[in-house]
Amino acid sequence: MLDTRPGDPSLPSAPGVGYKPQHFSDILNDARPVEWLEIHAENYMGDGGRPLAQLRHLSERFAISVHGVGLSIGGEGRLDPEHLARLKHLVGWLNPASFSEHLAWSTHDSHFFNDLLPLPYTDATLTRVADHIDELQETIGRKMLLENPSSYLAFDESTLSETEFLREVARRTGCGLLLDVNNVFVSATNLGYSPQGYIDDYPLDLVGEIHLGGHDEDEDDHGAPLLIDSHGREVVDPVWALLDYTLDRSGPKPLLVEWDTDVPDWPTLAAECKRAEAALSRVPA
Amino acid sequence: MTTQTEFHGALLDAQQPVPAGLSDGKGRPAGRRYSVYRNNVAVSLGEALGTGFPAISKLIGPENFKNLAGIFLRQSPPASPLMMHYGAGFPEFLERFEPLKHLGYLGDVARIELALRRSYHAADAPAANASILQSLDEEGLMACRMALAPAVQILRSPWPATSIWAFNMVPGSPKPQARAEDTLITRPEFDPMPHALPAGGAAFCQSLAKGETFGAALTAAQSETPEFDLGATLNLALSQGAISEILT
Repeated sequence: MLDTRPGDPSLPSAPGVGYKPQHFSDILNDARPVEWLEIHAENYMGDGGRPLAQLRHLSERFAISVHGVGLSIGGEGRLDPEHLARLKHLVGWLNPASFSEHLAWSTHDSHFFNDLLPLPYTDATLTRVADHIDELQETIGRKMLLENPSSYLAFDESTLSETEFLREVARRTGCGLLLDVNNVFVSATNLGYSPQGYIDDYPLDLVGEIHLGGHDEDEDDHGAPLLIDSHGREVVDPVWALLDYTLDRSGPKPLLVEWDTDVPDWPTLAAECKRAEAALSRVPA
Repeated sequence: MTTQTEFHGALLDAQQPVPAGLSDGKGRPAGRRYSVYRNNVAVSLGEALGTGFPAISKLIGPENFKNLAGIFLRQSPPASPLMMHYGAGFPEFLERFEPLKHLGYLGDVARIELALRRSYHAADAPAANASILQSLDEEGLMACRMALAPAVQILRSPWPATSIWAFNMVPGSPKPQARAEDTLITRPEFDPMPHALPAGGAAFCQSLAKGETFGAALTAAQSETPEFDLGATLNLALSQGAISEILT
């Protein structure tokens, strides 16, 4: 369990956006851009060149959130020591306002799948995830935020709900949580539970950041709705409504708009950020 | 129990049944819900390859490339979460792939694309101040060593690989001529660029890269190509910031 101090860095309770290199000039030239940017850690692990130069430049003007997508915290195997060292190096020189990763796995037998794969929620997986988070937090010397996944299926062996699992991981490790309300909506629709009920059960006091993103619609074998977390379009109205429901209970939080595939031009993305700002502005501090 | 070995085994192999122990949350088997993960993995790895090898995609067509990437990613999933390095084995895969044997140059064009990516992410290094060369006499020049910038890549091909790459990627580039080509990739600031090297230039640069003296590099180039054009090679390297340090 990592001791955290009140002086630990954190993100502002304002809209932020997932940074894409094609928006570099737009972001710098926009009179009223967002207050903070989120980057995917693995894209900034080269030795130099444009990615690191852009990041150094942006970090002088914006708070930066580092979001890992490749550590495989939910993996059965041990964490990759080389990758831990790379994360330590990045967090060390950048000193970001936040570091987050996923409740998922992506590496097995030294194969990396570039996707966030699901795990059952049991006492055994809880111990494993908590051990991995302990190891990460000790390596980078700060607490992390753990993000809830989008689920397309359930494991028969699960004995804990996702919110019970997250709450207990946070209690054991001292980590904070990253609440992705689109993922809540996607998982709740796919697995047939109430997204508002999930928020009611979720430890909102531990939330250090909220994610918003777009999803696609499909169907399963029985014609039931199957939502896919694609991050390739606008956030839909029911997810904005779920955000309002959440903010009413949590108070203002750092709010990230994610758009990772079919990335639009900056004005389209900025409009989503404005909507996020409006959602925040109606919540009393 | 559904182990990650079971879960991952069926991810890249659509012939394998959906692993047991997975449901739709309402007691029915997961069925095609599992395929969402299969699809995500194949699409994201395929897109990573498409981003990394745009010239290959143009040469064989996007549909063929998609199919080919699907075969490759199943044989060679990434070994690291750094997708910037994914596809190191793709050139050899292209060369071994029987239906593409008649396009013998594909492997070397893919090597150029890989090298461009390595160059893009390589460490920064300011160009050396070339004026120091003017202060050297011939003996001093032959004895000096030149460090190549980390972003520099040297490739040799029996095919006109650089010209084929440029013809497909740089508008207005001339039609490739049948010949062997050596390539120097440089990155003056942030954008790597391949340049065709004069004959003997690759031997010269490779010798410098090994830390050998200017004189040794010249001998290596001339023994391979008696009419080696030192001026053109040196001018290319210096004007492109390929030399980061001159040690006298």
